[in-house]
Amino acid sequence: MIKFEINGRSVSVDADPDTPLLWAIRDEIGLTGTKFGCGIGMCGACTVHVGGRATRSCITALSDVEGTKITTIEGLDDQANHPVQEAWRNLRVPQCGYCQSGQIMQAVALLQDIPAPTDDDIDAVMTGNLCRCMTYPRIRQAVREAATAMTGAQDNG
Amino acid sequence: MGNKLLSRFTNSSSATPNDMTRRGFLVSMTAAGVAFGFPRASSAAMDPAAPNGVPVESVGETFEPTLWYWIDSEGRVNVNIIRAEMGQHVGTAIARILADELEVAWEDVNITHVDSAEKWGTMVTGGSWSVWQSWPIYRQAGAAGRTALIEAAATGWGVDPADCTARDGTVTDGTNSITYAELVSAGLSRSFSEDELKALPLKPHSELRLVGKDVTALDIANKTNGKAIYGLDAKVDGMVYGVPMLPPTRLGSSVTSVDDSAAKDVKGYLQTLTLDDPSGTVPGWVVVLGETLMAAKWASQVIKVEWAAGDTANVTEAEINGLSRALIADTTKGAILATETPDTADAFDKATNVIEAEYTTQTVLHFQLEPVNATVFQNEDGIWEIHTGNQWQSLILPTLSTALGVPADRITMRTYMLGGGFGRRLNGDYTVPAALASKAVGGKPVKLVFFREDDAQFDSPRSPSVQKLRMAFDTDNAVVGMEHHAAAGWPTGVVVPSFMPKGVNGEPYDPFAIDGADHWYSVGAHRVRAISNDLANKTFRPGWLRSVGPGWTNFAVESFMDEAAHQVGADPVEFRLQHLKAEGYNAGSAPNAVGGASRQAAVLRKVAEMSGYGTAELPADTAIGIATTFGQARSMPTWTAGAVQVHIDRETGEIDVQKMWLAFDCGTVVDPDSAHAQCEGAALWGLSMALYEGTTFENGNVVDRNLATYTPLRMIDTPEMDIAFVESTEVPVGLGEPGTTVIAPAIANAIYNAVGARLRSLPIRPDDVLAALNA
Repeated sequence: MIKFEINGRSVSVDADPDTPLLWAIRDEIGLTGTKFGCGIGMCGACTVHVGGRATRSCITALSDVEGTKITTIEGLDDQANHPVQEAWRNLRVPQCGYCQSGQIMQAVALLQDIPAPTDDDIDAVMTGNLCRCMTYPRIRQAVREAATAMTGAQDNG
Repeated sequence: MGNKLLSRFTNSSSATPNDMTRRGFLVSMTAAGVAFGFPRASSAAMDPAAPNGVPVESVGETFEPTLWYWIDSEGRVNVNIIRAEMGQHVGTAIARILADELEVAWEDVNITHVDSAEKWGTMVTGGSWSVWQSWPIYRQAGAAGRTALIEAAATGWGVDPADCTARDGTVTDGTNSITYAELVSAGLSRSFSEDELKALPLKPHSELRLVGKDVTALDIANKTNGKAIYGLDAKVDGMVYGVPMLPPTRLGSSVTSVDDSAAKDVKGYLQTLTLDDPSGTVPGWVVVLGETLMAAKWASQVIKVEWAAGDTANVTEAEINGLSRALIADTTKGAILATETPDTADAFDKATNVIEAEYTTQTVLHFQLEPVNATVFQNEDGIWEIHTGNQWQSLILPTLSTALGVPADRITMRTYMLGGGFGRRLNGDYTVPAALASKAVGGKPVKLVFFREDDAQFDSPRSPSVQKLRMAFDTDNAVVGMEHHAAAGWPTGVVVPSFMPKGVNGEPYDPFAIDGADHWYSVGAHRVRAISNDLANKTFRPGWLRSVGPGWTNFAVESFMDEAAHQVGADPVEFRLQHLKAEGYNAGSAPNAVGGASRQAAVLRKVAEMSGYGTAELPADTAIGIATTFGQARSMPTWTAGAVQVHIDRETGEIDVQKMWLAFDCGTVVDPDSAHAQCEGAALWGLSMALYEGTTFENGNVVDRNLATYTPLRMIDTPEMDIAFVESTEVPVGLGEPGTTVIAPAIANAIYNAVGARLRSLPIRPDDVLAALNA
């Protein structure tokens, strides 16, 4: 049994400790918003937050998350209204949508680390997330807009 | 030719696309709600706007004027969509075409991506056809409902229907008004003869209220919160997981021994199946089953399978291309397309000058981000349910029927969102091993998941291609003849050979491996020869990959047009314009190609102007290159032009793509925001295949199977883009692919303009630029 917290809920997962976190989240816990793309940590579709850090769940063993707090796309915001999600909707970023959970989780982590990223910051961080529909121009713009919305909200106190 | 071929793709009963309309209207009025799918609970994604994918249910009476939708007693409309959602927001585009004619408020419109069934006719999503094909059908369907509702209201009031109008789900004659909801609640019966249907008044373009207006696609929200349901998310009670073990060759391998003794120690390992495939789709396949996906995967890593390999076990890309060159050299091979003057012998014999060049393109993987997968079981009614994302249900159902040994009406394909299509899921071959595995365990649910490496190995990639182009000039340097010889694996030839039209020499050809070569330039005699490479065809399943043939034929045509222009000392844009004369065969015809080459000339002029081509002051080793195409096919041209600005580093050979401009004339733009998104994505696919993507065959398989070595475009290399559409009220054609076709040649031309190096092979890597600079 490996215990951790996911989206604010305590869970115990009875699976081989070597199981990639991705499959525990999808098949054992039943949250399928986190996606499988490459299995080697290079596409970013499986990105979740472990202890607040963007983490590639396909190359993270279940045993490594014992006692941690995990957030997936489903737990980002109760109403799915995180400013990053709102920006994604406003700009109609998704095409097929398959990579977008990972893109959004990566973008949220980016904005936690760098609240006012430059375009180079955005490119440098987000380039690790593959989008096969090539929605990159809109992702870039949505990160900018979310940054503005979030820093504006903080400024307004 | 093109239209005829297309109709065969889109109608199981042949004849013209309009037959689909007739089939639709044969279903007359009904008062009953329509039930879809099977009672067994599942998580298919029929309504992409609903968090659980479950489609809207009708309340009270319903009016179903055609197969394509119903209106219920609350005035809600449900539009049935037979196209797959793979990022193009296709349901939204199609539903608004219908809703516009029906005169209902967009807020009342729901969509249902239906499961496969005979009544829908051919289900295929590809070729950039969806909007183009749906346009007449869903317009007529909407008009039929509007007409019936207006007539019912008019009858009730005792007035002339001609004095009534409908808007936002309400009919009025100026004095009275009644809602569609009320009319439906009261019960409606009205049927249309075929002639009446054809004569239905469609709204003039100026009165379209939803088409061309900004609307948020119905599938967007669930793609930002993790709720959109893809094939890989399918869940069925009691399912087990499977992973395939692929044989050494795509065809012709057989299993000689299986030793799973080491797997017995893997917790959750269930069993290993050697598939028996009557359909011949996956010969020599082994599927490992586990209680969890990783149990199956880990077991597969220790199970020892020996195969007798098929005869393509040592095939290399170089060998495939060698055969292409030999076939091109043999003038008796291949099909000659019906261009205006296919015999070029005289023109070349009498030419003062002839230029010639060879272009090649490497194998390209789809690498759609959701690896192929399928969940299959036999439900309580004995029906085989196939849960998967798929682009061409009608193509794979007969194969599944053979594989499962049951009639096709005992199989249904449930609908899911596609984690990328790009043509990969036109070939539903990946459903077959899942079905066979379930069959082997008595119809128990099996979820077969391809890990990325398996997905890549089993891809239906874009075939490597070799093309030879020639152009003949007279003493005045005028173009008097052109030849285009293209050899590659043929997707249609392999998968649906009966769909291939014949050339003027009686030989069949795959239009998806030659479209684009039959361009709209007036070049005198013009020979276009399509050649099938049988070594490619048996080594792998050549695939339809975003833009298919036009993705590489236009690399050749449009690079060669620049080479020809330089040959005669002309500006490449001027040279093109001089040959886009819109005469004879290139004058165009109604309804799909009104204006012909003149519209191609217009987008070319537009993109030259947008980009500042020829006028912009650019730094050293920096230049703009131009290309223009007609999108996918002469039968449905999307007039397309692209310009790309590059800077070349002469030390490293690195190609910095600084900006891309594109201009399109696709006729009426139905969904402006999605149109823009599709063109953006298509153009970036063009960039990715021009510079970053390409693999090769070695030992009968693709070498690159994951992102460590296969390197699609990433954000950091994504340039700024400027995209424009020509305003038009012509028939809407396709936009999913055309943007792809112009980028590679525009880049090759830009590189030449920047540093004088001519690159004739895709992808173009920095080392290739260096080699060309040093040549």
